[in-house]
Amino acid sequence: MKDSKANGGNPAKNVHNEQPVFAGKIQSIGLNAWFGTKQALKDINLSVKANSVTAVIGPSGCGKSTLIRCFNRMHELVPGSKMSGQILLDGKNIYDDDIDPVLIRRRVGMVFQKPNPFPTMSIYDNVAAGLKLTGMKKETNLGEIVKQSLERATLWDEVKDDLKKPGTSISGGQQQRLCIARAIALEPEVILMDEPCSALDPIATARIEELIVSLKRDYTVVIVTHNMQQAARVSDLTTFLYLGELIEYGHTKDIFENPKSELTEKYLTGAFG
Amino acid sequence: MSSNYAFRKFKNRLFFFLCLFCVVVAIVPLLSILYEVILRGAPQLSLKFLTANALQGGIGPAIQGTLIMIGLTSVIGIPVGILSGVYLAEFGNNKYASALRTVHNVLTEFPSIVVGITAFSIVVVGIIGTYSPLAGAVALSFILIPIVARTTEESLKLVPDSIREASLALGVHRWRTILSVVLPTARSGLITGTLLAVARIAGETAPLLFTILGNSYFFQGFNQPMDALPIRIFLDSRQPSVEVQAQGWSAALVLILIVLSLSISVRLASRGRFTR
Repeated sequence: MKDSKANGGNPAKNVHNEQPVFAGKIQSIGLNAWFGTKQALKDINLSVKANSVTAVIGPSGCGKSTLIRCFNRMHELVPGSKMSGQILLDGKNIYDDDIDPVLIRRRVGMVFQKPNPFPTMSIYDNVAAGLKLTGMKKETNLGEIVKQSLERATLWDEVKDDLKKPGTSISGGQQQRLCIARAIALEPEVILMDEPCSALDPIATARIEELIVSLKRDYTVVIVTHNMQQAARVSDLTTFLYLGELIEYGHTKDIFENPKSELTEKYLTGAFG
Repeated sequence: MSSNYAFRKFKNRLFFFLCLFCVVVAIVPLLSILYEVILRGAPQLSLKFLTANALQGGIGPAIQGTLIMIGLTSVIGIPVGILSGVYLAEFGNNKYASALRTVHNVLTEFPSIVVGITAFSIVVVGIIGTYSPLAGAVALSFILIPIVARTTEESLKLVPDSIREASLALGVHRWRTILSVVLPTARSGLITGTLLAVARIAGETAPLLFTILGNSYFFQGFNQPMDALPIRIFLDSRQPSVEVQAQGWSAALVLILIVLSLSISVRLASRGRFTR
């Protein structure tokens, strides 16, 4: 089933963007994004389901990262960047004039490609940083939140005796889980992950993947990956982007076992990418 | 083949010895100055010499004056310099910033005597009306600010953007990100730059001759001339008396020691919790 309207009359034959029937936690409507004059995203319409893991796959440079960076208004921080269209978070456009991006970023957390703990802060302070630096209520029990966040990120047992050590003193995989704990500590509604395992070894990757699956109980997760097996393992829904266009979106199982678009099939079978 | 190899080996050694030679060339004057200053300056050093005023043959007022100058200039110049550097590094992608950069570059290359005359005509003659430690601090700030601003900009640029993004993505405001994440990360660079600038102004003589003039007595108020070590060294060196000249050497030694101990103590006190 083709949805030509969703593509703004785009003549691309291979587009299969079935919008699943649910009210999205995050929804993009007619989203275009540019870096200078280069258009990175073309008319993306996507609805992200609450309490699920949505994977964004596609070859390098297809706009995967740009897409999720539009979801928490990080895209606009790049000099020369532009965007048009709407991103709805719980039905409210986060690009409305009266919306402070700072508040959006508290609700939509992000984990980056390379682990980036704050180098001058201890493990404890790294997890507490979000709360400390955005201002918190006096009665906040910081110690308890730090412990819970680290437990949630399955890191507590490994670092509970070293909380005073620098955040950069632990291994890469542990640092990435620390960054996830740092995001969780703010109790966001959505967690965006930009190729969170690309700098990690297979064992660390497996641990993060387990963690991602467990996170959807409490959060909505969007993960960018160019590892297709990873998308198949962790996600409920998958969207395939190619050259800034959304080619196909649907349940992960359907996409991998029975792709509707020829392009998707070619990408999944390794014909390009 | 083998002759070629021997030639390459020879070039390698030649290059090494050239480097070594240049190191020696650079270090010989430095060591000889230190040797000379210690040799001529150390014998006169005594508690009385360090604490008595100039009429009693001491350099107490000069030491006090230099410390006051360093303090005042730091209070005025370091915040301005660091904030200016923060602007250049974090918001510096516009024409105002390039203009500011140019101004800093020109100021850095300004002869310090011109800075002295400027401060003299604006602050001493125009605003205050007398020689004053404040005028001296203004003149020295002109020298300190561009150095601090440039080193601040350079060290902030070394902080990876991923660290800024990590903070911004947590919903932390820009100013808070800079204050609590970027500046601490750049800490050691900031300290080095600031110390270099302070060491530089501590030894400036020309601007002080025009602004604080020199004084034989201890600090007498912000509308009175004041002494400082570089002025004492300059004046003593022009005296015919061998005894007074020797005092100048001692003052030079004391100035070197002050700058050295300042730099060592700041480094110790501000050592980061995590040495990277």
